[in-house]
Amino acid sequence: MIVDLVFQLLQMTLVIMVAPLLTGVVRATKARLNRRRGPPVLQPYLDLVRLARKEAIIADSASWLFRITPYIVFASTWVATALIPTFATGLLFSWSADLIAIIALLGAGRFFLALAGLDVGTSFGGLGSSRESLFGALAEPAMIVIVFTLALVAGSTQLSTVAAFMTSSAVGLRVSLAMALVALIIVALAENGRIPVDNPSTHLELTMVHEAMILEYSGRHLAVIELAAMLKLALYISLIICVFIPWGLAIADASVADRLFGAFVFLAKLLAGGVALGVFETSIAKMRVFRVPDFVGAALMLGFLGALLLFVSRTLK
Amino acid sequence: MKGLAFDVSHLLAGGLVLLSFVQLYQNRLYALLNVYSLQAFVLALSVAWQAFVQDESHLYVTAFIAFLFKAIVVPTALHRVIVQLGIQRDVENVVGVGPTMLAGLALVALAEVVMLRIAGDADVLAREDLAFALSVVLLGLLMMVVRRNAVSMVVGFMSLENGLILAAAGAKGMPLVVEISVAFSVLVALVVIGVFLFRISETFATVDAEALDSFRDGRR
Amino acid sequence: MNGAALCLAGDAALLALAVAGAPTSARPLGRPLVYGGSLVLSLALLAVAAEALLFGGPGASLVLPLGLPWVGARFSLDALSAFFLVVVNLSAAAASLYALGYGRHEHDPQRVLPFFPAFLAGMNLVLVAADAYTFLLSWEFMSLASWALVMAHHRDGQNARAGYVYLVMASFGTFALLIAFALLAGLDGHFAFEAIRAAPPAATVAILALVAALVGAGSKAGLAPLHVWLPLAHPAAPSHVSALMSGAMTKVAVYAFIRIAFDLAGPPDWRFSIPVLVVGAASGLIGVLQALMDADLKRVLAYSTIENIGLIFVGLGLAYAFRASGLDAAAALAMTAALLHVFNHALFKSLLFFGSGAVLTATGERRLNRLGGLLNRMPATGLFMLVGAAAISALPPLNGFVSEWMILQAVLLSPALPQWTLKILAPAVGASVALTAALAAACFVRAFGIPFLGRPRSDAAAKAEEVDRISLAAMGGLALLCLIFGIFPGQAIDALRAAVDQAIGAHMPTQSSIAWLSIEPVAASRSSYNGLLVALFIALSAIMAATIIHRFATAALRRAPAWDCGFPDPAPNTQYSAESFSQPVRRVFGRIAFTPEERIDMPRPGETRAAYFDLRLGDRIWTTGYLPILKVVERAATLLNHLQFLTIRQYLSVVFGALVALLVVLASWP
Repeated sequence: MIVDLVFQLLQMTLVIMVAPLLTGVVRATKARLNRRRGPPVLQPYLDLVRLARKEAIIADSASWLFRITPYIVFASTWVATALIPTFATGLLFSWSADLIAIIALLGAGRFFLALAGLDVGTSFGGLGSSRESLFGALAEPAMIVIVFTLALVAGSTQLSTVAAFMTSSAVGLRVSLAMALVALIIVALAENGRIPVDNPSTHLELTMVHEAMILEYSGRHLAVIELAAMLKLALYISLIICVFIPWGLAIADASVADRLFGAFVFLAKLLAGGVALGVFETSIAKMRVFRVPDFVGAALMLGFLGALLLFVSRTLK
Repeated sequence: MKGLAFDVSHLLAGGLVLLSFVQLYQNRLYALLNVYSLQAFVLALSVAWQAFVQDESHLYVTAFIAFLFKAIVVPTALHRVIVQLGIQRDVENVVGVGPTMLAGLALVALAEVVMLRIAGDADVLAREDLAFALSVVLLGLLMMVVRRNAVSMVVGFMSLENGLILAAAGAKGMPLVVEISVAFSVLVALVVIGVFLFRISETFATVDAEALDSFRDGRR
Repeated sequence: MNGAALCLAGDAALLALAVAGAPTSARPLGRPLVYGGSLVLSLALLAVAAEALLFGGPGASLVLPLGLPWVGARFSLDALSAFFLVVVNLSAAAASLYALGYGRHEHDPQRVLPFFPAFLAGMNLVLVAADAYTFLLSWEFMSLASWALVMAHHRDGQNARAGYVYLVMASFGTFALLIAFALLAGLDGHFAFEAIRAAPPAATVAILALVAALVGAGSKAGLAPLHVWLPLAHPAAPSHVSALMSGAMTKVAVYAFIRIAFDLAGPPDWRFSIPVLVVGAASGLIGVLQALMDADLKRVLAYSTIENIGLIFVGLGLAYAFRASGLDAAAALAMTAALLHVFNHALFKSLLFFGSGAVLTATGERRLNRLGGLLNRMPATGLFMLVGAAAISALPPLNGFVSEWMILQAVLLSPALPQWTLKILAPAVGASVALTAALAAACFVRAFGIPFLGRPRSDAAAKAEEVDRISLAAMGGLALLCLIFGIFPGQAIDALRAAVDQAIGAHMPTQSSIAWLSIEPVAASRSSYNGLLVALFIALSAIMAATIIHRFATAALRRAPAWDCGFPDPAPNTQYSAESFSQPVRRVFGRIAFTPEERIDMPRPGETRAAYFDLRLGDRIWTTGYLPILKVVERAATLLNHLQFLTIRQYLSVVFGALVALLVVLASWP
C-alpha cells in the first residue's frame, strides 16, 4: 500500500518534472534543424521560474474567473497526466478515471481556457476561444472513436488494462491499430496546438489559436498555463507510448526494480518522442485555419474506420 | 503461422483501404500521385504475401507487374502529363472533403456488411480480402464521382483497379493470364485516357471534365 | 398508506390551489400563496415519490369511478412513475421557490398564477395515470395548461406564433399517442394498463404502436424533426415555467415513451431500436448545432434541451436493442444511463433557465449580443450559471459527465449485439454522441462567455444588479445538487435500481458498496470512474499550485488596461459577438442543418460609408419538412371551405352519408 502510494506520487512528480524538459528537447531539435544554436534544453524551467516571480498584470475588465482559470487548467491537466500509466500500470489511483474520463478532464481544461479567452473582452481572445472551441469539438469525438477501437481490441477503456494488453502477445498486427495510431497523432497535434494546426511559438499572427486565448495572461498565471500546456504535450506523448509502444512498461505488481527500469525506459521513449515531434514540425508547413477541420475530421474518420474494420476481423474468433 | 499470415494480409489489405482514404483527402495532384504510387506498392506487397501464403508462384509475377506498372510507370507518366500540360495542381472537389470522407465510411460499412453476408462461410483470408477489395473499388468510384479534374479521375480509376487485383489475388486459382490481361487492359485504358486528356486540354485549355458538359445537347 | 392515493391528494390540492389562485392572482397576496403552496405540495409529493422509489413496496394502485365506464379512472404508483415523479416534483419545488422571488417582476400575474399549479397537477397526473383514457386526458390537460403559460405574454407577436405552433404540434402529438394506445388496446378495448400488459398486441401491431408512440412522445419531448415548436414555446413562457417545460415536461414525454415501449408493448423487436437510435443521435446533433447558432439566451437553452433529449433517446434505444437480444446487464446499464441523464438534465436545465431569468430581470435582455460582463455585476448568478454550464457540457466532476460517460460505456458494449445493422450503427451513434457532447461544450462556452464575460455591450448590461436572495437560493440549491450527484454517482445509480428493474427486468450491480465510492458499470478492469477522487485531486492540486506560487514566488497583482497585442480598442463592439464566436463552427457544420447566407458589404478604400455584415440562417428542416405540409394544409382548407356554404339539406346528407359509410365499414370488418 505504502509502496503503491509512493509510486503514484513518484509518477505525479515525474510527469511534472519532465514536462518542461520535453518541451525544451522539442525546441532544441527544431533549432538545430534550422541550423540555429537555440536556447539550452533546460531553458523552459528557467522561463517558468522567471514568469512565476514576476508581478501578474490583469486587464481592468477581467473577472475573478480570469484569475482562477490557470489553476483549474493546470490541476485538471495534471490529474489527467497522473492517470496515464507512464512507467507502470495499475498504480494506486489509476482506476479512478478511465480514458474517456481523462479526455473529459482535458476538455474541462479547454472549457475554462476558452472562457478566460473571452473574459477580458478583446478581439484576439475571442478569436482564440472560438477557434479552439471548434478544434476541440472535432478532436474530442476523434479521441472517443480511438477509444472505441482500443476498447474493442483490449476489451476495456481502463488505460492500465489496455496498456497491459498491448504488452501481451495476444495483440497481433491490426490495421485498425495503425489507423488509431495515425488518428491519435493527428489529435495530439491538434490538441497541443503544434504545427501544422497551430504554431506554438508565434505571437501577433492572425492564425494563432492557443496563444491568442492566453494573450492577456502574464506573470505567474502565464507560468501556470505554460506548465499546463507542457504537461498536456507530455500527456499525449505518454499516451501514444503506453498504448502503441508499451515495451518496458512495468505491469501491475512488478518489483520495484522493474518499475525503476520502466521509468528510465519511459524517459528515453518520451525524449525520443520529443525529437520526433521536432523533426516532424520542421518538415511540414502550417495549414490554413479552415483546412484544419478537414485534418482533424480525417482523424475522426480514421478512428471510426478502425473501429469498423475491427468488426471484420472480430468475426474470426 | 496461421495467425501471422492472417495478421499480415489483414494489415496490408487494410492499408490499401486506408490509402484510398488518404487519396480522398489529398488536395494536391502531386501528393495524390504519390499516395497512389504508395498504394500500388502496398498492393504489390499484399499480392506477394498472398503468393507466399498460398504458395502460388504466378502471383509473384502479378505482384511484380503491379509494382512495375502501377507503382512506377503510371505515376511517372501522369506526372509528366501534368508537367507538360501545365495543369493546375490543386484538386477541385465537387463535394467537400468532410462529406466525401463520410460517404467513403458509409461505403466501407456497406462493403463489409455485403461481404459478410454473401461470403460468410468462405475462407477467412479470401473473405477478408474481398471485403477490403470491394471497399477499395467503391472508394475509387467515389473519387471519380467527386473530383472535377480529369487527372484525379484517372487516379480514381486506377485505384479502383487496385481493388480488383486485390480481389483477384485473394481468390484462389485465378489463372495468371486473366491477371495479365486485366493489367494490360488497364494500361490500354491509361493510354486512351492520356490521349483523351491531351485532346481535352488542347481543345478547352483545361482538364476540368465539366467543360465537356456544355457541349451536350438538351442540358439546361 | 396508499402512495397513489397520496399523489392524487397532492394533485387535487394543486388543482384547488389553481382555482384559489384565479381570484387572488391580481392581489399582492396571490404570489406567495400560489408559489408557497406549490412549493409545499411539490415537496410533499417529492417525499412520497422518493419513498416509493427507494423503499418501494408492490405497486400501489387506485380505481376511481370516473372516466370511461367499465374501466374507471385508474391510478398507480410504481417505481418507474415514482422516479419521474421525483424528477418532476424536484424541478417543480425548485421552480416554485425561484418564482417566489422571480415572480415579483411579472407584469400579468393573473395570466401565470392560476395556470402554474394546474400545470404541475397535469404533469403529476400523467405520471400516475394507469389507463389510456386517464393518461391522455391528463396529457392534454398538461399541454393546455402549459400552452396557457406560453401565452402569458401574448402581446408579443412572436409569442402568439409560438403558442399557435405549440398548440398544433401538441394536438398532433396527442393524436399520435391516441393511435398508439388504440393499437395497444386492440379491438376489445383493454384501456387499463394492466389489461394491456396482460394481453400484449401482436408483433406487427406492436411495431406500429411503438412508432406512433415514438412520434407522439417524441414530438412532446422535442425529438427532431418534430422539435420545431420547442425552441419557440419554451422561451416564450416566464423563465420558471420555461425551466419546468424543458426540465420536467419533456421528461414526462420520455416517461410516456418508456411506459409504452418497455412496459406495455410486449416483447421487444430489435428493429424498432434503429429509428430510436437514429432519431436520438440526429436530434442531439441538430439540437446542439442550432443552439450554437442562436443568439437568444433562452432559445439556446431550449435547443440544448433538444440535444439532451436526443442523448436520452440514444440511451433508451441502446437499452431497447440490448433487451431485444437478451443482454440484460447491458440493457440495464443503458437504461440507467438514460434515466440518470433525465434526472441530471432536469437539474442543470432548470438551473440554467433560472439564470437566464435572472439575467432577464437584471437587464431586460435575452439577446446575447446586448449582454456582457455580467459576472462582475452578478457574481452569484454568474457562479451558479457557470456550474450549470459546466455540468451540461459534461465536464468532470459534475453530474452531466457521469450520465454521458455511462451512455458511452453502453455504446462500448454494443459489439455483443448479434445484428449486423446495430453493430455498425452503434459506433456511429457513439461517435455522434461524442461529437454532440464536444459541441455542447463549445455551445456553453459561448452561452456563458458572451453574456457573463467580457465588457458590457449595452447600458442595460452595464447597470445590471444582482437578483433577490430567494432566486439565488433556488439556483444555488440546484448548483449544489449538480455537484453532489457528480461526486456521488454511485448512490444515484443505486437509487434508480427499482425503476430500471421495472423497465428492463434487471439492474446494474450495486455501486455504493464499491471501495472509495467509484462506479464500475461492468467490471473494474473494464471501466471505472470516481467522481469523489477526481474532484478531490483537482481541488487539491489547484490549491497546492496556488499556495506554492503565492508563497514562494510572488502574489503581486496589478490592474492595467487590456494588452490585446498593443492595440486595445475601447469600443465594446469590437469584442467577439455571439455570431462571430460560432462562425468557425458555422463554416464547418452549418450546411448540415441550415442554409447560412452571409452578405458582406465592404466599402472600397476611400469610401466613408459603413461596412455591413448580414447573416441569415434558414432552418432546413422547417423549409423542406414543414412548409410543404403547410401549403398542402392551406390548399385543403381552401377546398374544404366550400363546405361552409352548404344548405341544411346538404349538411344532413353529409352526416347521413358518413353514418352509412361507417356502418358499411363495420359490416365488412373481418
